[in-house]
Amino acid sequence: MPLPADTDVSSPKHLRDKYAIVGVGETTYTRGSGMTTRALGTWAVKNAILDAGLTAADVDGMLSYQSGDSTFGTFIAGDLGIRLNFFMDVFGGGSSTEALIGIAMGVIEAGMCKTVVIFRAMNGYSQVRIGGTGARSAAPVAGDMLHSRAYGWQSAGQSFSFTFMRHMHDYGTTPAQVAAVRAAHSAHASNNPKAYYKKRVTVEDVLASRIICKPLHLLDCCVETDNATAIIVTSADRARDARHHRVLIRAIAGRVCKPRADMHYQTGPISAVAGRYAREILWPNAGIGPQDVDVTGSYDAFTFTTMLQLEDYGFCKKGEGGHYVSDGTIRLGGRRPNNTSGGHQCEGYTHGMNMVIENVRQLRHDVDDSCPVGPDGKRKHTYDYREGGCRQVKDCEVTANLGWANPGTGSAMVMRRD
Amino acid sequence: MSITADYLGMGLRLDELDGENVAYFKHCAGHSFHLQQCDGCKLLRYPPTTACPWCMSREAKWAPVEGKGAVHSYTEVHHAIQPAFQAHLPYLVLLVDLDIQKGKPTADEALRVVGNLVTPDGKLAPPDLVKTVGIGTRVRMVFSDAGPGLSLPQWAIDENATQPDKPWRYPQE
Repeated sequence: MPLPADTDVSSPKHLRDKYAIVGVGETTYTRGSGMTTRALGTWAVKNAILDAGLTAADVDGMLSYQSGDSTFGTFIAGDLGIRLNFFMDVFGGGSSTEALIGIAMGVIEAGMCKTVVIFRAMNGYSQVRIGGTGARSAAPVAGDMLHSRAYGWQSAGQSFSFTFMRHMHDYGTTPAQVAAVRAAHSAHASNNPKAYYKKRVTVEDVLASRIICKPLHLLDCCVETDNATAIIVTSADRARDARHHRVLIRAIAGRVCKPRADMHYQTGPISAVAGRYAREILWPNAGIGPQDVDVTGSYDAFTFTTMLQLEDYGFCKKGEGGHYVSDGTIRLGGRRPNNTSGGHQCEGYTHGMNMVIENVRQLRHDVDDSCPVGPDGKRKHTYDYREGGCRQVKDCEVTANLGWANPGTGSAMVMRRD
Repeated sequence: MSITADYLGMGLRLDELDGENVAYFKHCAGHSFHLQQCDGCKLLRYPPTTACPWCMSREAKWAPVEGKGAVHSYTEVHHAIQPAFQAHLPYLVLLVDLDIQKGKPTADEALRVVGNLVTPDGKLAPPDLVKTVGIGTRVRMVFSDAGPGLSLPQWAIDENATQPDKPWRYPQE
């Protein structure tokens, strides 16, 4: 929807609308990429540069994030002939995407460089799996991990479940309500030729899948894939020369934590997540609120994470997340679709990048679905959301990405169509 | 000297340099639960840290703490990540609110101590016992011996406590 007329654009939040995302790039989302993270990263960064209509010489900044499972920016820059004025490889997983976009804005604002490409390259299925499965699962447990891994409390699902269970206890949230997230995202993925899982599943399918760790069924969990993704950030002024319609960054909250980031369960209520704090930065900086958002990208490492964040960022009242995600609102054709690509549940696991990429395309009104391409090279969207059909949201003007690291840490970003 | 142990076939290691954890587990090895008590604000804290999260004091003393409380939340694991736990499925990981310092310094805070549900002799609980425990269950601390000098604090059902009529359990068994 259009921005409210009374939005205060003269506020001290002076970076509002001053930066833009001009390029996005992906590899295929696969299991068994058959190549290094360096080769994957090069592929995605090149695609992002081409998507922006830029050349290697136009990019002089590079950021990446990883958890000891990927290549470094210097290799990607070298491979593509990019001479860097700034680069940094950050330790991190989910919630890094939005935070790094904020860092990119900051270093450009500081005059350190002009255009930054951010990438995340991972063989998340064939090399280093996120939950610590495979060879790493047998590694000795030492130091602070003696308070967690020694109890078989290690993977993301195991670690987050205290929050998920407590939300059910505190608010009566049901397994079926939360399973509706998977059903919605799978429906979206069925309209995404890139998605790893394109098959539509029902709430009943989710509830009938085996329990991994309560309250998580197999289908409450995201997919593990091999892929790289890239996003290019530059000033709004420079973005005028880019190939696509401008997508402006309204506001960012980055790696906002609940108290006790070392062990966030020490403070409560534990059924609340970091979005409860991040929203106090995000919405005032954006000058708009949840009611103004057309499409959300709430991180779906698990069905529960999508629900918890939508709730704590204020898309519904606290405790009503189960209802919000199961009443049709978050489905294509609903009032505010979430993760229209299928997200981490179905498209592929990228630690947040693909959800931002999808929303950039939504704001360009140029989502890469199966709609026919016209003589001008642009898709003629049908807005028919049946299986195999369109996934473009009509008149998408404002999006919100809600990134998740764990219940205690999150990032967020609001973007708008120029 | 580092302390190493083999627990359920899983290697555990405690490095000499890791002073806070060394002190914590030294008490555990004697089957006694101690937490750091801040010299400044007198609050207890968990797990071991290198300063006080409430007043930044770096000075603390190890104080004996009664290991009693109620389950605040839990997960019941049916798919083990670590090989060590595959023979013990399903197992419970409990987040327990200690009675001491509950609701302090603010209403939503508590010393929330992680552990598995175990039998009174420290063995991971069998499936029939796992099914009886949920949010609200009263538990007491026991210890699982991993090896010389290294024991893990764990939780057993508190037989002497008044238990809730029906602890909250995930609706799908």
